[in-house]
Amino acid sequence: MANKKMTIIASKGSLDMAYPPLILATTAAAMDVDVTIFFTFFGLDIIKKGNADKLKISPIGNPAMPMPVPIPTLIATLPGMEAMATAMMKSMFNKHGVATIGQLLDLAKEAGVKLIACQMTMDVMGVKQSDIVDGVEFGGAATWLDVAADSQINLFV
Amino acid sequence: MSDIKFDQVLDAKGMSCPLPILKTKKAVEALSKDQVLKVEATDAGSKNDMASWAKRTGNEILKVEEASGTFTFYIKKTS
Repeated sequence: MANKKMTIIASKGSLDMAYPPLILATTAAAMDVDVTIFFTFFGLDIIKKGNADKLKISPIGNPAMPMPVPIPTLIATLPGMEAMATAMMKSMFNKHGVATIGQLLDLAKEAGVKLIACQMTMDVMGVKQSDIVDGVEFGGAATWLDVAADSQINLFV
Repeated sequence: MSDIKFDQVLDAKGMSCPLPILKTKKAVEALSKDQVLKVEATDAGSKNDMASWAKRTGNEILKVEEASGTFTFYIKKTS
């Protein structure tokens, strides 16, 4: 029986939004699903060299953001608050035995997940092919659609 | 204690989704057909996750034990 297929479009570059594509991709690969992730717009930040474990989370505009004490939005805009929120989130992930984004990216590559970077958004945002981690291919909408048309699962994150 | 014989043990205690599944996949791949992997996990989601994983990959869960927050799975490699 041919393997099932899944594609994920990863369009966000914040710490919290980098997790779902990589968790689903690695798990799907472990379940014998052929996976392709298409990184576009801010999702490119996940696959920039040396950047996977530098992604941040913003305390602003997210009422569900867990904080040790309730913090008014105006305070959350102050310098250092983003770093604090990011450090807090990372320590929570770590405490619960969750892999880092860098580890998941490595596991995805190891499991044969196909990674495609969107050339158009790279051009727009001044990202060179040499800025992207090894093992990534470059393409556009048609590249994704070709795989997506034959996939049972297609997600936009 | 179970009377099921196993060939390898995977300690996935303290790991969260998706690591127990990813490690299980790797460990089962390293086995020969009909060998049994014993996996211990504390992730409360792993009971359902492991069943879904086994169903999808065609491997067989011989037994699941649950004791004081630890799930123990006996997984037979079927191919």
